[in-house]
Amino acid sequence: MDVLINLGYLVAAVLFILGVKGLTSPKTAVNGNRMSASAMLIAVIAALLDSNVITYEYIILGVLIGGAIGAFIAKKVAMTDMPEMVATLNGIGGGASLLVAAANYLESQKLAELGHFSVTYDWSVAVILSILIGAVTLTGSFVAVGKLKGKIGDSNKVSLYKWIVKLCFLTLIAGAVYFSAYSQLNSDLLILGLIVVCLILGVCLVMPIGGADMPVVVSLLNSYSGLAGAAAGFVLGNNGLIIVGSLVGASGIILTSIMCKAMNRSLTNVLFGGSMSAQSGVTKSENDAFYEGKVKFSNADELAMLLDSAQKVVFVPGYGLAVAQAQHATRELASMLEKNGAEVKYAIHPVAGRMPGHMNVLLAEAEVPYDQLVEMDTINPEFSQTDVAIVLGANDVVNPGAAEDPNSPIFGMPILNVHNAKTVVVVKRGLSPGFAGIPNELFIRDNALMVTGDAKQVLQDTIGAMKDL
Amino acid sequence: MEMFIMSLTIFVLAIFVGVEVINKVPPTLHTPLMSGTNAISGIVVVGAIISSGGSEHTTVLSTVLGVIAIALATINIVAGYMVTDRMLNMFKRK
Repeated sequence: MDVLINLGYLVAAVLFILGVKGLTSPKTAVNGNRMSASAMLIAVIAALLDSNVITYEYIILGVLIGGAIGAFIAKKVAMTDMPEMVATLNGIGGGASLLVAAANYLESQKLAELGHFSVTYDWSVAVILSILIGAVTLTGSFVAVGKLKGKIGDSNKVSLYKWIVKLCFLTLIAGAVYFSAYSQLNSDLLILGLIVVCLILGVCLVMPIGGADMPVVVSLLNSYSGLAGAAAGFVLGNNGLIIVGSLVGASGIILTSIMCKAMNRSLTNVLFGGSMSAQSGVTKSENDAFYEGKVKFSNADELAMLLDSAQKVVFVPGYGLAVAQAQHATRELASMLEKNGAEVKYAIHPVAGRMPGHMNVLLAEAEVPYDQLVEMDTINPEFSQTDVAIVLGANDVVNPGAAEDPNSPIFGMPILNVHNAKTVVVVKRGLSPGFAGIPNELFIRDNALMVTGDAKQVLQDTIGAMKDL
Repeated sequence: MEMFIMSLTIFVLAIFVGVEVINKVPPTLHTPLMSGTNAISGIVVVGAIISSGGSEHTTVLSTVLGVIAIALATINIVAGYMVTDRMLNMFKRK
């Protein structure tokens, strides 16, 4: 039977990998996801066949509760809330791994009494690691959710949190050494204490990080939730768990590095550098002085006339677009321009949404065809042939200072070169700085026009004005 | 110890496979990738099932922890796959 179970895990692991491979193209992605789901089913069946599983009622109870909650969340969640959703699921995954490790610790005590288990160093290290990663993922993710929702603001007590983090690590190391060297199976209180320390550690690691850096944090915690599963696999000696957990771990690591590159920051700087605006922000009067008298303001009617004669239009959506719920209005205007004979594309900066790929999902929801969504490196050379670039609720990612001004705090950050377009129209509520807290040189360039107002309203007015032309 | 080295080997090789496969996922699909991997990390349900299967070495407390772990992991599995499916269907239509 054991052979059969392990073969089941192997088949599941292969299907998981093929399922993720399906995600390499939007055409094969739906089937890939279903393949991954069937892999999960096979893994669960294999687990149910395990000789340790005698009664099923508790298992069924857990599955029913979790399944109902899961289905409810999946149906209800709005696409704008995907970052919170993914962060929550990261935390839940970490929590599950933590509980599995704790349950295994308790079972091992009983097994040892029965004479079926003898402790080893690698088992005790795996238990500690599993608790550490699981607990940090659990509480860290919920702090990240709070920051994404804006309920937890940027902290000015960065050094306090760093101090607590160090203290937690020291306690953890001391506890771990004692646990693995002296009392592996009769230290319930010690394990409980270490769990609490790791839970606090998760909070204090994420608290000092700025809200603008949450895409990196969510990606990193995504990786941890997988590694927590892999660590639980080491505790249980289950290779299926190890393979699949490390797959998720690898995915999160890649996304983390993509996000860091897109923000031109090292991971250490994001994790331990405090929030970006706290380092480099300008005051309101400095900001006003920068723009004073140099910005050309325009309105929806002029924008309509400009667009009417344009051959190539590129939309540059930022998170402000999603806040204004303007995806559908954007799509409507784009369809109108296409009917007019213009070529329309969307330039997507890697950090355009609040998590990797978020903006693509928001636009896909508004029925924008995915082949019009163009990545930064592909679209950048095309801006010089673009008649009108429309920036909707984006700021730092179109700041030419990042490419040209070595003194800019965001110098080196990859940007969308909208300033190369014949005309750039910036739709924005006002002239307040973006996440980096600095003024944007683009807004005072000769080829830039500013239309102030809510993105959705401006777009609707423009659509109206175009109909009247 | 041998068992541990074997597990470690599998772990390291699996990370490499993961990096190779996931590097090819286009940025357009990074959000579904994340929610999809959320679902996949629910694989820890396997460990939770074994913990709450009621064999002789389980205790009341370990069973309770196991059942909560099953519920949590199932949330990840069900919510992860369903929401990923929802998103991917948006990309499919043209």
